Amino acid sequence: MPRFTPKVVTANALIEGDVIYLAADDSWTRDLSRAEVIADEAIAQMRLLDAQRQPGRVVGAYLADVIPGAQGPQPAHFREDFRRKGPSNYLHGKQETTKPEGAANV
Amino acid sequence: MYNYSEFDHAFLAERNAQFRAQVARRIDGSLTEDEFKPLRLMNGLYLQLHAYMLRVAIPYGTLNGAQMRQLAYLAERWDKGYGHFTTRQNIQYNWPQLPDVPDMLDALAEVGLHAIQTSGNTIRNVTADHFAGAAADELADPRPVAELIRQWSTDHPEFQFLPRKFKIAVTGSPHDRAVTRAHDIGLRMVAREGETGFEVIVGGGLGRTPMIGQVIRPFLPRADLLPYLEAIVSVYNLLGRRDNKYKARIKITMHENGIDTIRALVEERFTTLRAAFNGADQALLAQIAPQFAPPAYLAKPVDAFDAAYAADPIFRSWADTNLTAHKRADHAILSISLKAHGATPGDATAAQMRVMADLAAQYAYDELRISHEQNVILPHVARADLPAVHAALKAAGLATANIGLISDIIACPGMDYCALATARSIPIAQEIATHFDALKLEHDIGPLKIKISGCINACGHHHVGHIGILGLDRAGVENYQITLGGDGTEDAVIGERAGPGFAAEDLLPAIERLIRTYLDLREGREETFLDAYRRLGLAPFKAALYPDARDRDAA
Ligand code: HEM
Ligand code: SF4
Repeated sequence: MPRFTPKVVTANALIEGDVIYLAADDSWTRDLSRAEVIADEAIAQMRLLDAQRQPGRVVGAYLADVIPGAQGPQPAHFREDFRRKGPSNYLHGKQETTKPEGAANV
Repeated sequence: MYNYSEFDHAFLAERNAQFRAQVARRIDGSLTEDEFKPLRLMNGLYLQLHAYMLRVAIPYGTLNGAQMRQLAYLAERWDKGYGHFTTRQNIQYNWPQLPDVPDMLDALAEVGLHAIQTSGNTIRNVTADHFAGAAADELADPRPVAELIRQWSTDHPEFQFLPRKFKIAVTGSPHDRAVTRAHDIGLRMVAREGETGFEVIVGGGLGRTPMIGQVIRPFLPRADLLPYLEAIVSVYNLLGRRDNKYKARIKITMHENGIDTIRALVEERFTTLRAAFNGADQALLAQIAPQFAPPAYLAKPVDAFDAAYAADPIFRSWADTNLTAHKRADHAILSISLKAHGATPGDATAAQMRVMADLAAQYAYDELRISHEQNVILPHVARADLPAVHAALKAAGLATANIGLISDIIACPGMDYCALATARSIPIAQEIATHFDALKLEHDIGPLKIKISGCINACGHHHVGHIGILGLDRAGVENYQITLGGDGTEDAVIGERAGPGFAAEDLLPAIERLIRTYLDLREGREETFLDAYRRLGLAPFKAALYPDARDRDAA
């Protein structure tokens, strides 16, 4: 059986549109390194359902592949790398403000 | 320029109030995203990679100074101080927050702008030649007709749920600057025995299945335009496929049914509709037309222009690339480049928008245009005033002399913003522009259109670029495919794929090999890249792109 690639639950915040991730304590964070890394497929599906049950806070929740590491999860694909950082032509998006707690106010 | 009637203002106000209530219901949880999404899309609001994106229509690319100033205000008040002008003569704001969008729409309505039908399966913002009303080669200004089409199509009850989006472009010139052959319907004004009418082109489109439109009616009298358009769209509405969104555009309907079948159905429907229209549309057109009357041109001697042209090489270079012949000899059409080397194609800051608005007010009869090539046009400037205009533009970083050259690149937002993208396009454009500027080759290379899309949807028109670049995702790495020989003018051609794609770091050297090959092979400076490609074919350029192809497996 192929090994399950670890996942995080990610979405956009309803109000700001900003990229957010589901943390282990059920809060949403704007910082990928604080996201809950899910190593089990069944749990991943459950956590995704948890996210989808919050339509008043988040939009378009899905599971994204990550590579677990010492600095927290790293994006497995370049698209997720841009999502966690912001565009490359201006220092806008997440790279513009480095919130120390990485807390999302959704 | 068209001034809103009472009816238009009331319609917009009501529509904005509706959307304000819908946003409130989304935020308080009474609407789900599935319910809200089609509503927000109908009002031009997308959710992109990092944020919401609001797309504002600039009908047929025409703006006055007050509207441009309002666009600047929106950029500053609710965005990050800039806006992105697109190939569809829209402006996109990349960072609005959901609760602010109703205020943004109200602010737009104050100056008669809106975001309606900039999305969804409706008739989209009608685009037109950006030199309309000014070009020396024009038969007639196409904008009254474009405005008529806008009024007819906006909120048209039958056409709110078409099989797919529907795009109409119109030009009044034999030189097609509006890419009419790549639209669902393209209209080209033509003259026959002293009467002007339209050549009607149907079924063009880019995207995953690029097609050049076909002529369904070589000459349509002007008075028959709306019933004929309505006939085409209603035939498409019935016949177009709704089972597969990749087969839903009219280009596929045409392809599957054949132009003769479509033409017969359209003509049949047209006969009925023509009677039903009973001239109301022509009465409306007669009301619209005077609003596009030419400005009261000021005749000024051109000495100041000639003196600056002779004395100042920077002014001369700019005048040579950025000016186009106006129908009056003492005026010129000025293209302001939004493509400073290394900048994001199509982006303008709020401050730059205000400078352009002020210049329009002072020197250009208060008119501006947005081109599908992502530049801003002052369509009527007295030549005498150009030295002053140039100086003001220079101070605002807007005097880049590169219109039509290698750095005047069309680039879609790509993966820096777009949720559908498979790769980035903006950094590729920035690299190419900076590189050829550093080599000081740009002016020597001459006219060349590079167009870049960040996915197969082809918003960056790569299929009709002399050099087209398509960004793809190859096994998790950005990869760029090159097409050659495309052309978006009256001789429209879809470019030919040159071969396997390039990794991002190999792309720029590949483009340079291509350009150097052209410089070696051209018969003289008059032979443009496209002409040389047409004369020589793909082979020598392919050899330049893939020098070690012989040593490699055929990919
Ligand atoms: C960023 C959000 C955007 C999204 C989600 C989007 C989506 C799409 C899609 C799905 C298509 C293919 C349609 C089809 O073939 O049925 C398309 C085509 C196109 N879009 Fe966009 N686009 C975006 C931005 C833009 C921008 C910024 C421009 C102008 C620079 C643009 C101009 C066009 C053009 C010219 C085409 C191809 C012509 C055609 O309709 O066949 N789009 N877009
Ligand atoms: S071509 Fe693709 S990446 Fe570019 S804007 Fe269109 S949908 Fe987005």
